Amino acid sequence: MFVLRRIGQSAVALFVMSVLVFAGVYAIGNPVDILISPQADQAEIAQTIARLGLDRPLWEQYWVFLSSALSGDLGKSFAASAPAIDLILERMPATLELAFAAMVIAIVLGIPLGLLAGLKPDSWVGRSIMAGSILGFSLPTFWVGLMLIMVFSVQLGWLPTTGRGPTVDVLGIPVSFLSWDGLRHLILPAANLALFKLSLLIRLTRAGTREAMLQDYVRFARAKGVAEPNVVGVHVLRNILIPIITVAGLELGSVIAFAIVTETIFAWPGMGKLLIESINVLDRPVIVAYLLVTVFMFIMINLLVDVLYTALDPRVRLKSAR
Amino acid sequence: MSVVNSPTRELIDVFARDRIALIAFWTLCALLLVAVAAPLLTPQNPYDLAQLDILDSKLAPGAKSAAGYTYWLGSDDQGRDMVSAILYGLRISLSVGIASTLAALGIGLLIGLIAARAGGWLDALIMRIVDLQLSFPSILVALVLLALAGQGVDKIIIALIVVQWAYYARTVRGTALVELRKEYVDAAVCAGYGSTRILLRHVLPNVLPPLIVVATVQVAHAIALEATLSFLGLGMPITSPSLGLLIANGYVHLLSGKYWISFFPGIALLLTIVVINLVGDQLRDALNPQLK
Amino acid sequence: MLAFFFLIDDSYMLRSPRLFPGWALLFCIASLVQNVTAPAAELRIGLSGEVTSLDPHFLAAQPNLTVARHVFESLTDVDPQTRLIPGLAERWRALDATNWEFNLRRGVKFHDGTELTAEDAAFSLQRPLSIKGSPGGFASFVRAVESTTVVDNYTLRVRTKYPYGALPEELNSILIVSKRHALNAGPEDFDSGRALIGTGPYKFLRYRRGDRLELVRHDDWWGQRPAWDKVTLRIVTSDPSRTAALLSGELDVIEHVPSADIKNIIKNKTLRVMQTTSWRTILLHVDQYRNQPPGVTDAGGKPLARNPFMDPRVRLAISKAINRAAITERVLEGLAVPAANIVSPGVFGHNAALNAEPYDPDGAKRLLAEAGYPKGFNVTLAGPNNRYINDEQILQTVAQMLTRIGIVTRVEAAPMSAYLGRVRKEETSFALLGWGSFAADLALRSLVATPNADKGYGAWNWGRYSNAKVDTLMEQALANVDRAKREALAREAGTLAMRELAFIPLHHQIVSWGMRTGLSYTPRTDEFTFAHHFTPR
Repeated sequence: MFVLRRIGQSAVALFVMSVLVFAGVYAIGNPVDILISPQADQAEIAQTIARLGLDRPLWEQYWVFLSSALSGDLGKSFAASAPAIDLILERMPATLELAFAAMVIAIVLGIPLGLLAGLKPDSWVGRSIMAGSILGFSLPTFWVGLMLIMVFSVQLGWLPTTGRGPTVDVLGIPVSFLSWDGLRHLILPAANLALFKLSLLIRLTRAGTREAMLQDYVRFARAKGVAEPNVVGVHVLRNILIPIITVAGLELGSVIAFAIVTETIFAWPGMGKLLIESINVLDRPVIVAYLLVTVFMFIMINLLVDVLYTALDPRVRLKSAR
Repeated sequence: MSVVNSPTRELIDVFARDRIALIAFWTLCALLLVAVAAPLLTPQNPYDLAQLDILDSKLAPGAKSAAGYTYWLGSDDQGRDMVSAILYGLRISLSVGIASTLAALGIGLLIGLIAARAGGWLDALIMRIVDLQLSFPSILVALVLLALAGQGVDKIIIALIVVQWAYYARTVRGTALVELRKEYVDAAVCAGYGSTRILLRHVLPNVLPPLIVVATVQVAHAIALEATLSFLGLGMPITSPSLGLLIANGYVHLLSGKYWISFFPGIALLLTIVVINLVGDQLRDALNPQLK
Repeated sequence: MLAFFFLIDDSYMLRSPRLFPGWALLFCIASLVQNVTAPAAELRIGLSGEVTSLDPHFLAAQPNLTVARHVFESLTDVDPQTRLIPGLAERWRALDATNWEFNLRRGVKFHDGTELTAEDAAFSLQRPLSIKGSPGGFASFVRAVESTTVVDNYTLRVRTKYPYGALPEELNSILIVSKRHALNAGPEDFDSGRALIGTGPYKFLRYRRGDRLELVRHDDWWGQRPAWDKVTLRIVTSDPSRTAALLSGELDVIEHVPSADIKNIIKNKTLRVMQTTSWRTILLHVDQYRNQPPGVTDAGGKPLARNPFMDPRVRLAISKAINRAAITERVLEGLAVPAANIVSPGVFGHNAALNAEPYDPDGAKRLLAEAGYPKGFNVTLAGPNNRYINDEQILQTVAQMLTRIGIVTRVEAAPMSAYLGRVRKEETSFALLGWGSFAADLALRSLVATPNADKGYGAWNWGRYSNAKVDTLMEQALANVDRAKREALAREAGTLAMRELAFIPLHHQIVSWGMRTGLSYTPRTDEFTFAHHFTPR
């Protein structure tokens, strides 16, 4: 019942977003202009406007859009004459690969570091981790990206500056992390994207650890004679992981969105870079398609995480049952 | 416990506990002061085209300008003095960040209180909208809004407000709900006070502290977001650059060794965001009873 | 999922090792699948513009044409100095005022082995008219064509609707596709490679949209054998990224070296820069038709009694106030040539006797006072921020210079699409534009001719400058099939328009290529980057 309610909410959200996005995007500028041949004359300009249906009233354009969207057709890109949805799906694996790599870095580094900082909050290790996390939290992503390129690519020459490495098809989806060259291209952008979430996770884990260490069950475990590593590794870790992983899951959507900046700086051929390009050339079908696809993904992720959390956390289950 | 201290005294006490937080606090005050006093401190108004000279562009730190003053941190590609540009840019970043946060806070406060007080379907509706808003990453919302609305200070502030208000609404509603169940509210009702009065005079003061913590961090977030949008080309107009735009302008010169055009604004931005976060952290620690 | 395991099963740690062998295996397989051997001679080029489609007739945009011209060719070709030379047509001539004959080269092979015939050429000239859904196709290039006749396998006759001397130039933009493969093919078929069969020096290998196009040499090409077995055209729109890739050796060549980096690359011993004057002229249109153009006000913000731009003294003052040498040196780092013509040096119709207006701020102030504006006035200068070299910086610098003589200038920059939208809605009165053309009369027709929608004149004449004499000369030039006479007429029309400042010319861009020292390229005025023209030194 709960699940059905959430799905219903999600559908409403999707619809509202589509109206907002469409109305807004189709109200600005005239996309014909950027893409028109320099040699074209007024007659051709007028013809093109008519052909692309840009002179019809907004609500009519939206109606056409909605009816075709429901049958899976989100319009054709003005610039490339390929279906907008195809363009986005083509670039999605690159963005998802980047986002997942960033999340992996953030989780694999963030949780242990946060744990350490939480267990030894006043040692120099703990304090320096916290200081580092504040820096990581505060540094704007784009600035970090620029600095990373300057240091690691230009000065030291260890890693490539831009682009995605060679890809290999796994189950029909091109991935680049399976080759050494591909990994080399992935490291900097993923690290750049991960920094913010990494700091977030460190702080969360630290806070959670500090709170957990004050709990009764820890004292009882120690009294029982359980060795310290087990106290931490088995008892504390298990209990703080649920909320942390939940947050991480919810943040995945945010990571995919922030990939826009990273993709622009590192010329990573993902959806985010496509969005910026489409905004610049007013390729409206692509902008609208991107927003709808991303909104759909977020809503799905949120839904999934909500359901998972409800299933996992007995306290929540009991509350909703009452 | 002695007599209740004045708020300012309490504020300074909070920071006195931790050396680093104290330094951060005073640095923040200094930054604010410098930003406000920028026109008095700088040799040049970098937003006045008549004061710029293209022949003075891209000079290294320490070079002298045609008008006689020194470009202590160099000049950018239009001939703007970096020190002046950074101070004026700081001004914009801080004012945009603070203005949007205050406005969002006000709106969020209002809506959150209404939701908590009203309850029922109104509360549910408002919270659904808030959840909807919060499920979209801020950068996406801001990007689309600016792409639609175009450039300008006012449009950026509006975009930042739209991005932030939901945070406050949710926090306020949560805290207000807790407060409304407390006994002193029952006492006030018994005493015959109207609900608006209860909200404003009794609930509000208790709701404010967590809100202030959120707001402090949000200012930093707003500043970073504005910088990112300017970097992507969707922010401030080019003749009145904020820190983000200065960094973007300097980006293309990094490889040719003219680091100062991007580096110093970057440091200024960094410093601002870090001290605001440090101050926010300290405030939060001070107000969190569990960790005492 | 992870949390779930943690919660219910202490023995999770025992289960996880199962994951490791799987990953290791995957890694091994992937490495084996990798292409270990590199091709013999490979050229990696970094392009600066976004390629939207591989269909050569879909969108007339330079990035698309750049990649398309590796795979396809046209009847007439253009040499690096924009002079027409034979392409797939060995020779052509005007039989009379409206009939032309093109003789095709014999023995030209498509990538699938079949031979090029006049049927393919005729089909290719018709195809642009049938393309649906393009925002800017090639229809205008074949506008003058009434019909085509295939005389025999190697002879094509083209009949025009009216006398049109510029036909060979226009046909240069129409690439010849294989009728067999392109019949009923749409842009998707070209993007997938299926219909991408041409006569050009390179064949399709692989395409990753937004990232790269990989090509291999067409060994049966009729022209001089290109030096490269494999060519990778990578799209790197970000200037610093492109430079960084060249510096680190990831790319062998980049086009459009960013102005910020050009001095460094020239100094770099492992790299070299080839450059030449480009066909692109950067100019400022001024409103010459409205009494109270938007954005033009007095110091208090109120509209003026009359339009100052309509007074030639004001236009001349503006031109004098702009320090073109400073813009060239400081804003463009030398990548410009101050302009006085509509078309660049060496282009058909250029008048070498015209000199760029020298910088004279005092003279400018005097002229303004003479014209009745001793205290100057306020204007808004609009322009794009992502289209031409350092366009945004140019706008700001021009604003700076004009403000100094009393014309207080506000700058409004926007991405090209939004900017053009405003222009078409007539919201601008002082606007920047860049124009590339390889014939002065064609440029005049778009930029300076009195706007006339039916004839297709003045589509880009934003200021609506109108001079009947210029119009007449231009029409005479276009109709003249004798090239020498045509050039003289075009030159005269252009000179007249520039003397009157139909618009204010700023500079001609200089196009540059950065490459490693082992390479050589004859720089092209039309800014095209062709892999087959790069040779090892």
